[in-house]
Amino acid sequence: MTEPIRLKLNGKEVDLHSHPMTPLLHALRNEELSPGTKYGCGEGECGACTVLLNGDAVMSCMVPLCQAEGAEVETVEGLCIDGELHPLQEAFICEGGAQCGICTPGMLMSALYFLRQPEKAPGGVREALEGNLCRCTGYTRIYQSVERAIGEAAGK
Amino acid sequence: MSIAPPYRYIGQSILRREGREKVTGASRYVDDNVIPDCLHGKTIRSTIAKGRIVDISFGEGIPWDEFIIATAKDLPRNVVVLIEQDQPALVEEFVQHKHEPILLLAHKDAGLLEDAARAITITYEEDKSAAFEIGEGSLQKEYLIEEGDIEKTFAECDVVFEEVYRTGAQEHVYIEPNGFVGWWDGDNIHLRGSHQCPYYVHKAVKTAFGLKDDRQVDILQETTGGAFGGKEDFPSTVAIHTALLARKAGRPVRMIYDRAEDMACSTKRHPSETRLRIGCTKDGKLKALDCDFRIDGGAYITLSPVVLSRGILHGSGPYKWEAARLVGKSYATNSPPYGAFRGFGAPQSLFAIESAMSALAEKLGMCPVEFRRKNFLKKGDVLPTGQALEGDPMLDAIVDKGLQMADYWNRAKKIAPIPNRGIGLSVFLHGTGFTGSGEVYLASRVALATRGDGKVEVRVSSTEMGQGTETIFPQIAAEVLGLEVDDVLFVKPQTSKVPNSGPTVASRTCSVVGRLVERAAHDLKGKLNGTPIADYHATHGETLGEAKYQAPPGLYWDDEKYRGSAYGAYSWGINIAEVTIDPVTMHPTVENFWGVYDIGTVINPTLAKGQVEGGIAQGIGWATCENVVLEEGAMINTHMTNYIIPTTMDAPPIMVDFIENPYEYGGFGSKGVGEIPMDGPGPAVLNAVSMALRRPLNKIPIIAEELLDD
Ligand code: FES
Ligand code: FES
Repeated sequence: MTEPIRLKLNGKEVDLHSHPMTPLLHALRNEELSPGTKYGCGEGECGACTVLLNGDAVMSCMVPLCQAEGAEVETVEGLCIDGELHPLQEAFICEGGAQCGICTPGMLMSALYFLRQPEKAPGGVREALEGNLCRCTGYTRIYQSVERAIGEAAGK
Repeated sequence: MSIAPPYRYIGQSILRREGREKVTGASRYVDDNVIPDCLHGKTIRSTIAKGRIVDISFGEGIPWDEFIIATAKDLPRNVVVLIEQDQPALVEEFVQHKHEPILLLAHKDAGLLEDAARAITITYEEDKSAAFEIGEGSLQKEYLIEEGDIEKTFAECDVVFEEVYRTGAQEHVYIEPNGFVGWWDGDNIHLRGSHQCPYYVHKAVKTAFGLKDDRQVDILQETTGGAFGGKEDFPSTVAIHTALLARKAGRPVRMIYDRAEDMACSTKRHPSETRLRIGCTKDGKLKALDCDFRIDGGAYITLSPVVLSRGILHGSGPYKWEAARLVGKSYATNSPPYGAFRGFGAPQSLFAIESAMSALAEKLGMCPVEFRRKNFLKKGDVLPTGQALEGDPMLDAIVDKGLQMADYWNRAKKIAPIPNRGIGLSVFLHGTGFTGSGEVYLASRVALATRGDGKVEVRVSSTEMGQGTETIFPQIAAEVLGLEVDDVLFVKPQTSKVPNSGPTVASRTCSVVGRLVERAAHDLKGKLNGTPIADYHATHGETLGEAKYQAPPGLYWDDEKYRGSAYGAYSWGINIAEVTIDPVTMHPTVENFWGVYDIGTVINPTLAKGQVEGGIAQGIGWATCENVVLEEGAMINTHMTNYIIPTTMDAPPIMVDFIENPYEYGGFGSKGVGEIPMDGPGPAVLNAVSMALRRPLNKIPIIAEELLDD
């Protein structure tokens, strides 16, 4: 048995027991730590598996578990604190940003990254979400959701 | 029996009911199921398109005795029932297409399962007579619509236009791949999965296992990643496979496809070929239409006859013809079966007619808008099947609104002199609900049930897959019953718990099933007779409001003659696309896109617009970047890296609006909405690109390299 890999998931220390080369996505899902992080392609194309790793948006299907050792990992489950939705989540509900919902966790994490560091996507929300595919919405309402959340953050 | 406006909830953008679960990651999709003691299942598939299996060998180094191995022989009835019974669940001897399932494996270690799959060698005797092109193989189905004296009318025409239009296959690319989990308790099978039509799966599983009693099969729909028709027929096969392995194993089994397997094996939009001959006067009055519409059905019948039928029924477009002949033919090939995909044949035939209308306008030296306007269907006009239009299509109003939204005239004038820029339009219709007598045969039922806490449950087999079923049905029921929307609950579709309200397809949920929910609510209201639900429930126990489908008065379809009213109602729309062509790569970019639709009463504007916008993006993808590359009939670009759907950088700004023209027999006046968004983008984009290049094109997807070659 290899040593477990410890990381901080949504602020809590956790030990993962999957093989160190297991993609972070599968380790998080198989160990029931983040069922909300979704598989869509397993090859870095769809963005459904997006999580934040030490603050950076990454496709967790492309990151081996061992690379997340000691890191801070944020997933969709960490957005809602004590039952209070994150403004992005609120906005996705109000603006119709989620339809079937399978792309939504990844979208939210990419949007969160953009909210925190808008300078990383000078082209704005379209560019920020370039790596996240959605087959249901045509993206219009996803942009509106993110813009609403940005507006609210600015208003506060 | 009707509730008059102003409404409390109808027309309000009530927030998506399951929205909170979806944005918090709490929704459970099939792959999120954690079932103790569960095995992983795997399908071993053919690597040839046609031939006979000579030998199957199990290689060395694999502990085969630990594996569950299932073949066709293990199934009581080796069939996936749909319309016909020609498709086996597993190949017995003869392979009809690549990736056809041959045997199934299960093991608790998913990694070892992959090694085992690689250690299996299947030897074939290949049959070189495989067919891959439309028309090469046998005819699966043929339909004919004839109205008026076609040749005589052509002889009277000043101008006759002829062209052949082609459309490619299209992969659904729902972001959640197919999957099921299942287990047996005694002689009863429980399956949970990702699918649109619980009762289709129910029937297929019951038949394959020769089960006598409906209650032996329980199918539950997990939260499902949309779907777009891709989870209409295909999931039945996955469910049978899962159930078979689970039965042999005596343990639960999960079969979750990965992306490449899903893309290679699952159904796709039927490729089509349409030969058009159109006759008109020199001042642009349409007279005669001769439409020969052909589709590639693939190796088994599946849904091809009904796709073909919807195709030719939409092939005459929103126009009035003096004479029309529409012939539809579906051909067998050795491709994996093509299946349902949003629009179901109509986008293909409408692509042909709407591309032709713009090309013909150009030929006549007329404006494409005015040419269309001159020929629009009006109330009372008769369609080629003999159906007189009862409702007013209001096409002029729809077109006016679309043109205004797009600032069409100014934009067209500005763009016209600029090379590589174009603007194109399309006008189209889409029939609501099952074709012909389909709804009568379905005989859908819904129920509303009282609860002790004063709330009401909606029980339907109509599924939520992103389009909003879970929200709009409570809106409808609450409106009738005078409840808060939150007091109407939507029960997860599960065949042991809900009546069969039919499949979630054919733009039927809001209009056809919504109408049943409305009627069931009236039924319940009558029973309650003013007593609060909790009180009534306390005295009478659970009380149901029920409704069963009844054809609207006067709606009749003759299956034998293939004539009559194919649909009770039609939705209508206009699309306008603005494109730029890169002069170096010839790559077309859609810059802006507009759509105005009449879908009857709009029950929930945010959800309806969202669904339409998504459909438009799919249509733009079909026209531009989505190129299914086939080799021996099967898709070879089975990754998201090489099959490209629109990303945020590809999808243009999409502007959508509605004109509400209610339909008396649809849920609160609604008509179909799910599929019509797919109908217009193909031709609108093609017409815009044709204008940009100053030559008419006739095929989608528009492939830049091919434009360079020309
Ligand atoms: S699953 Fe990771 S990008 Fe698709
Ligand atoms: S909401 Fe379905 S894929 Fe985005």
